[in-house]
Amino acid sequence: MTTPIVECHDVHLSFGTSEVLKGVTFSVNKGGVVCIIGPSGAGKSTLLRCINGLVPINQGTIRVDRFQVHALKTDAEKIALRKEVSMVFQQYNLFPHKTALENVMMAPIHVLKEDPKEVRERAVALMTKVGLANKQDAYPGELSGGQQQRVAIARSLAMRPEVMLFDEVTAALDPETVKEVLNAIKQLALDGMTCILVTHEMRFARELAHEVIFTDGGKIVESAPPAELFDHPKQERTKAFLSQVL
Amino acid sequence: MSAAPLPVLLPAAERLERAARRERAEGMRWHLQASHGMALLVLFIVGCGIAQAQGGADKPSVVDTLLKWTPVLAKGFVFNLAISFLAMAIGTVAGFFLGAARISLMAPVRGGAWVTINFFRNAPWLVLLFYCMLLLPFQVKVFGTTIPIPDWTKATLGLALPVMANVAEIVRGAIQSIPTTQWEAADSLAFTRRQVFWMIIIPQCVKRMLPPWMNLYAILTMSTVLVSIVGVNDMMTQTQRVLSAESRPELLLAFYSYVLLWFFAYCYPIARWTVRLEARYAVRQ
Repeated sequence: MTTPIVECHDVHLSFGTSEVLKGVTFSVNKGGVVCIIGPSGAGKSTLLRCINGLVPINQGTIRVDRFQVHALKTDAEKIALRKEVSMVFQQYNLFPHKTALENVMMAPIHVLKEDPKEVRERAVALMTKVGLANKQDAYPGELSGGQQQRVAIARSLAMRPEVMLFDEVTAALDPETVKEVLNAIKQLALDGMTCILVTHEMRFARELAHEVIFTDGGKIVESAPPAELFDHPKQERTKAFLSQVL
Repeated sequence: MSAAPLPVLLPAAERLERAARRERAEGMRWHLQASHGMALLVLFIVGCGIAQAQGGADKPSVVDTLLKWTPVLAKGFVFNLAISFLAMAIGTVAGFFLGAARISLMAPVRGGAWVTINFFRNAPWLVLLFYCMLLLPFQVKVFGTTIPIPDWTKATLGLALPVMANVAEIVRGAIQSIPTTQWEAADSLAFTRRQVFWMIIIPQCVKRMLPPWMNLYAILTMSTVLVSIVGVNDMMTQTQRVLSAESRPELLLAFYSYVLLWFFAYCYPIARWTVRLEARYAVRQ
């Protein structure tokens, strides 16, 4: 039995009086692909932000590799964590004043202090990998949503993270471009990257995930391998949700 | 249900951005227009006409008198420009850091910046100018050496203070108009707060800050004539001297509208350029 690389235990979080997470416990093994599904407002995105320390939690523990995320206080500690955990956002959030390639190169050069020449080579390779070799010098404003999202994935990969978090990365895309982004993620997952995805793409979850977690109202209702969860859900709430979306 | 907008439902970043943009737009929306120049020109011509009619045949013509004194007036104008450059430079550097302090994570720094900005933004320019003229010493002694502080440096400082506060507001507005998701994305790439500020936020702010900054410069240039009140040799002071030397009261309107035309000729291109930049960036944002 290997120790999981991400472990959340009894995570609680509230914003003011509204409780967003009410005791979430789950773990992800190295190389594992976990999809978190559930209705809007279930706290899925918030959970991801807790894992890379963007949002501090009120109670419980989160461990990522050697980091006790809930105990990180200083910026320096959080930065050390974020070098190993990358996040891709729904709205891409590329830096609009930099070209696609510069977006990919920035963090490794300035955060990891790596040699710009090496970073450049790696960035070019990553851009090729996500199928955008010919868009290196384009600014984000000149790229389509799907292309921007693939640059964002390359940007995260350039940090050589241990874990990648995907926050509804296809939610803002049109159905055709969803596929190109999902293919990029699929490639990653097959390469053995640990991925935690918040997603509404049920087909994708079924095909690729090792485990699917269904959340509702700040709690995990049910979690199981995709074949089991999608075909034989145990909880009534899961059944109701799946009957709506499948 | 009516189609009324529900501002509460807008994402916070977008709401902040709009508020900042509106504030910037309404706070100092003041542009020179070509019609202002035409009005000035008419005033000038009328002024010359009146002076010519009242002056009588034995006096030199108004145009000759104006041309005779133009080099003296131009020297004063150069002084106005020098003061405007200096005050703008000092005010911009100080205002930049003050504006950055306004979004500091440390509450005392933030609060201090807020008080400073609001004090200097809301105090009348002339009052600040008088304070600087009267409260600063005319010389300081450093290790036995006496260093004089000429009036024009004090006047420049007096004008730099309100510029500083206004620049600080421009900087703060621009920073807050950058979507918070940019901070979030940069944070999650493990940038330090300082790196995020200098490498990601500020470069995006420059474009947005430029038009209001140029507008502020035009306002400052026109305000430099205030220094004539505290006795600095600017174009206004020179004009007063010329008029008393000529002792021909009928020249008053001609000379002062002439001075106005000089300032208009300098500030109008800046104003036009500002409008063009604003339009361009409004489309691209």
